[in-house]
Amino acid sequence: MATSELRPKDPGIDPATGEFRVIGQGQTFRSITEKISRIVLTPRTPLGWFAYFAVAGSGTTMLMVALTWLFLKGVGIWAITQPVAWGFAIINFVWWIGIGHAGTLISAILLLFKQSWRNSISRFAEAMTIFAVMCAAMFPVIHVGRPWLGYWLLPLPFTMDVWPQFRSPLMWDTFAVSTYATISVVFWYVGMIPDFGTFRDRAQSKIAKYFYGVLSWGWRGSVRHWVQYETASLLLAGLATPLVLSVHTVISFDFAVAVLPGWHTTIFPPYFVAGAIYSGFAMVLTLAIPLRKYYHLEQLVTERHIDNMGKLMLVTGFIVGYGYAMEAFMAWYSADHWEAFTFWNRAFGPMGWSYWLLLTCNLFIPLTTLWVRRLRTNIAFMFVMSIIVNTGMWFERFVIIVTSLTRDFLPSAWGTYRATKWDYMTFFGSVTFFLFMFLLFVRFLPMIPMNEIRLLLPQAKIKPKVTAEAGD
Amino acid sequence: MPAREGIYGLLAEFETPGDLVRAARQSYQDGWRRLDCYSPFPLEEAAEAIGFHRDKVPLVTLIGGLLGGAAMFGLETWISVLAFPLNIAGRPMYSWPAFIVPAYEWTILWAGLSAAFGMLALCGLPALYHPVFNAPNFRDGATTDKFFLCLEALDPKFDAAEARKYLESFQPVSVVEVEY
Repeated sequence: MATSELRPKDPGIDPATGEFRVIGQGQTFRSITEKISRIVLTPRTPLGWFAYFAVAGSGTTMLMVALTWLFLKGVGIWAITQPVAWGFAIINFVWWIGIGHAGTLISAILLLFKQSWRNSISRFAEAMTIFAVMCAAMFPVIHVGRPWLGYWLLPLPFTMDVWPQFRSPLMWDTFAVSTYATISVVFWYVGMIPDFGTFRDRAQSKIAKYFYGVLSWGWRGSVRHWVQYETASLLLAGLATPLVLSVHTVISFDFAVAVLPGWHTTIFPPYFVAGAIYSGFAMVLTLAIPLRKYYHLEQLVTERHIDNMGKLMLVTGFIVGYGYAMEAFMAWYSADHWEAFTFWNRAFGPMGWSYWLLLTCNLFIPLTTLWVRRLRTNIAFMFVMSIIVNTGMWFERFVIIVTSLTRDFLPSAWGTYRATKWDYMTFFGSVTFFLFMFLLFVRFLPMIPMNEIRLLLPQAKIKPKVTAEAGD
Repeated sequence: MPAREGIYGLLAEFETPGDLVRAARQSYQDGWRRLDCYSPFPLEEAAEAIGFHRDKVPLVTLIGGLLGGAAMFGLETWISVLAFPLNIAGRPMYSWPAFIVPAYEWTILWAGLSAAFGMLALCGLPALYHPVFNAPNFRDGATTDKFFLCLEALDPKFDAAEARKYLESFQPVSVVEVEY
């Protein structure tokens, strides 16, 4: 595409490639290190941070209230009953796990494909993954009714000699989600070790020196260590890549292995994975756009990043669209009476509004507008778009779970679903808990990987010295 | 091992990665073996220049992954066949296709943990104390924008005065002694 014609004198565009620059011009190793470490090592926390922290903290308190009441009274305070036994808890679980996927995709798959533009956003995308998985993992545990028995999911030797049943997808889920959480945390932490070393060396206060010194494990930047570090990062990326594809696949088995019409389909694994990445990129945008503005990181998280994430959303959005189309097609092609009815019920039943809302948010708005580069680099537009897509993806899970469960085979067993205030408090509480964790991360940990950004600078290339002998 | 003259080595500071790599390559060619380079970002060329090619992280990862997968598959088989046999819809006790998913997850889990912690162990980390931190200029930029070459006193070629002269021939920003 002829970029130079589109925006002839834009300094954000590299004349050599016609692409947006990954890093703004004129940065040095020291300037980027200072820019990133100042956010954490400053003695003054911006007032705005406290304001957001207060809001997120109040929301988290609301979550704690909702959970305490839940533990006292039981899951009856939620709207779940027969036939809808999987209400908000499982919708939120699938939604949150999906959001996490973009972080792993950015940190693992894009690393393997040598997409170096990812370096600026990889760290906070990974942090987003971890906090999203924390929110997600909470829901199945509180949904079991007796959360203090949650450890029964693990194959532990009990006095009663009861062991888990490994033929169940719910058991596979336990392992998929716990592995995903562990590997994400390890990948994230290993990535931060050299940056902790930088913080240790730049910190002024004694506490910060000790704190980051211990977290850095005494990292000193020896090139022998760097080689092994790079190998380990690459291997972790390679290992996390199948996780991106497998975690949501296993979660879709929870549905696809059941015989319920609307769930029992083979399109679910790829369609869940694409939807997960779609919502994940939307969440990365929701977080990245305010962050780059408030912390003045426009030189590091450039229009190129926003543009590329828009393109990735366009791609995954189309895969999701294919999933919806295939569901509709199979409802007709299977010649199965119940499948056809479920589809009709989704679109035109009493909860049909949610199906049309999801199509509007996930397909009609994004897939018509994200083609336009001018809109993809319009920051305000992309922020609104990210919220729209995440809303759409939440409703996708609502449609899958609630409309399928309310009306299955026997009309005499049909029911309806209306969430209670405790459902809403838990859901919005989990959103604020996510923000709460993210604000702590932004304040105390390196949100942009300094060591990887240094590699993007032209100074990091080894140039032959003029005086050096030829062939040296 | 006791060090000669109470010093760990001589530390030369360079401004660019290119200068560091050239100095490191020359030193290695001139027979120095106890030497190390320090850089604020991964600098593979410098590691190759000082003769560091082998790296055991992949092997550790492979072993960890295989053990993890085998352990979970074995556990599932033991639980389902011997410890707690359950008849689920008439399926065989040893229904191995269902056991693949957790075994696959544990392969990844233990391979990943082995890669991360194996790498740290192979690097000799955690090492909260190291002599190079004593150098006055090291803490001021080794993890930001400075490049260091350290000739260690343990090298049989090492002689404080000779080594200093040798390092100065590379025109570094500075050469300082590193004490234990």
